Amino acid sequence: MPVVASSAKPAVRSIIDRMARPSGVGDRVFKWLTLAMALAVVALVFLVGWQLARGSSLAIQKFGFHFLETSTWDPVAEQFGALPFIYGTAISSLVALIIAVPLSIAAAVYLTELAPIWIRQPIVSLIEMLAAIPSVILGLWGIFVMIPWLRTHAFPFLKKIFGWTPLFDGPIYGVSMLAGGIIIAVMILPIITSVSREILRSVPNLQREAAYALGATRWEVTRIAVLSYAKKGLFGAVVLGLGRALGETMAVTMVIGNTPQIRASLFAPGYTLASVIANEFTEATTDVYLQALFEIGLVLFGITIFANLLAQLLLRTIGSTITPRAVQ
Amino acid sequence: MKSSHKHLWRKTKSACAAVIAFVCALLVIAPLALVLFHLIRSGASAINWSFFTELPKPVGVAGGGMANAIVGSFQLLGLAALVGVPVGVLGGVYLAEYGTARGNFALRFMADVLNGVPSIIWGVVVYGLIVLRFKSFSAYAGGLALGFIMVPLVTRTTEEVLLLVPAGYREASLALGISRWKTIVHIVMKTASKGIVTAILLALARVAGETAPLLFTAFGNRFWNHNLSEPISALPLQIFSYAISPYDDWHRQAWAGALVLVVMIFLLNLVVRFLTRERMA
Repeated sequence: MPVVASSAKPAVRSIIDRMARPSGVGDRVFKWLTLAMALAVVALVFLVGWQLARGSSLAIQKFGFHFLETSTWDPVAEQFGALPFIYGTAISSLVALIIAVPLSIAAAVYLTELAPIWIRQPIVSLIEMLAAIPSVILGLWGIFVMIPWLRTHAFPFLKKIFGWTPLFDGPIYGVSMLAGGIIIAVMILPIITSVSREILRSVPNLQREAAYALGATRWEVTRIAVLSYAKKGLFGAVVLGLGRALGETMAVTMVIGNTPQIRASLFAPGYTLASVIANEFTEATTDVYLQALFEIGLVLFGITIFANLLAQLLLRTIGSTITPRAVQ
Repeated sequence: MKSSHKHLWRKTKSACAAVIAFVCALLVIAPLALVLFHLIRSGASAINWSFFTELPKPVGVAGGGMANAIVGSFQLLGLAALVGVPVGVLGGVYLAEYGTARGNFALRFMADVLNGVPSIIWGVVVYGLIVLRFKSFSAYAGGLALGFIMVPLVTRTTEEVLLLVPAGYREASLALGISRWKTIVHIVMKTASKGIVTAILLALARVAGETAPLLFTAFGNRFWNHNLSEPISALPLQIFSYAISPYDDWHRQAWAGALVLVVMIFLLNLVVRFLTRERMA
């Protein structure tokens, strides 16, 4: 969407600001009202942090840093350790990134540099459609289509080839860390692709023209003039995808197996921070149990905020305004 | 001779890269094709009239529908809009019309960070805020959770569409002695009204499929909701609880519900596309 040159840019705005003195009561009220609503965005961030900290204060006092490094999760004995969930979130997100990053960056390169013009828009629209599919529906598909196929075809095949490594060893259930990683990969493919595409599009054409003038082929132009120029932004897109992967809930909960354990094998069931909240929150019968789940929420909020801050900083330094709006 | 050989090799490499990138692009959209294929195959056969008009039947009784969940979803979206639209639109107005460059940078930054908060977290926050306080799961709680998710989405898109309104419109109106706030409401927002509607619809389409924030706010309900301070059903919640159930009949209904939900979301997106096309023209 080309931004019209005569839009209310700061320079023009200062003229408008001078033309209109806030004289009436209406003007002042309206300005303060909109300011209050804009500040709601800031207030919401603090509201989340405050609610989570308040809800888990007792658990924090009781368990301290132990919470993050203990791997026992036994609500009956009131023993709570978040390590299996942190591990599950980290590994499933890592698997998702390993699958999704090469695919989506290559797709973004195809869409901005290599594809014939007429095919670009249809593919972009299809990627937007994939982004619009709710997580719970991907989970439904995961349970009834993907898991049976993985169990009977893909996993035995992987085991035959890579069975000698601990990663692809052990019994095959279908529901597993690997299945969780795959479904997260599907969820983050659209966002990494579309943000990467925006970044590649923001690379100045002068870059490409200079490389072409030196006699480079289309791929050489992409590699030398475009990808190396956009490195930082693409890293930002990946971190943004990581932020989404860490917080992905429904689809993962439906395929990961929900077993709080730490296993080297990707075929073994796991559990993530988000899924334990989704599964056990309404079952939390004791105060400590609920507090522990709030603390899990606090940990999840902390790491996703960190990932998102990093992503936004990386995306902003390349000087283009990228809005991953309406992308889940 | 040798140099042309090398040139051919470089050309081949370029062609190979194009093919690989094309295959990757296909792999990115492959899940969409697979999901839609199974949705239609398993969902279409399970959809019938009673799916839209009847309540869920007890376990073991075949038939029944998701009428309450469909209506519940719309009720929740209405409640979410009550929170998300005024806050988001007016926040967007501030960013586009009043904010200073530095302040806007910070606010946009916060909005984008807020947008990355996992949706399940909103469920936990609203649980602490509303459900614990009033000691009951409720439609209000569910609507508030969805509304919070809408805020950053609506704010950012509203700002974008307001910035598309030419500055001349504002100057002309102010030159006629019309006050600033009336200029914004009657000239700027009026001109961008289609864009603002687009912003709202996009946000609604996004939250319509959310399940995680509703799990312990709206909670779900197998009957009609007659009171918004009581638990309410929603299409995504119903799909989830049927999908993880052990009953074949419920699985079929989950597919049917999923098909209905996807069609709803795609229709919303279609309306958005139609509106933006008109605006661009």
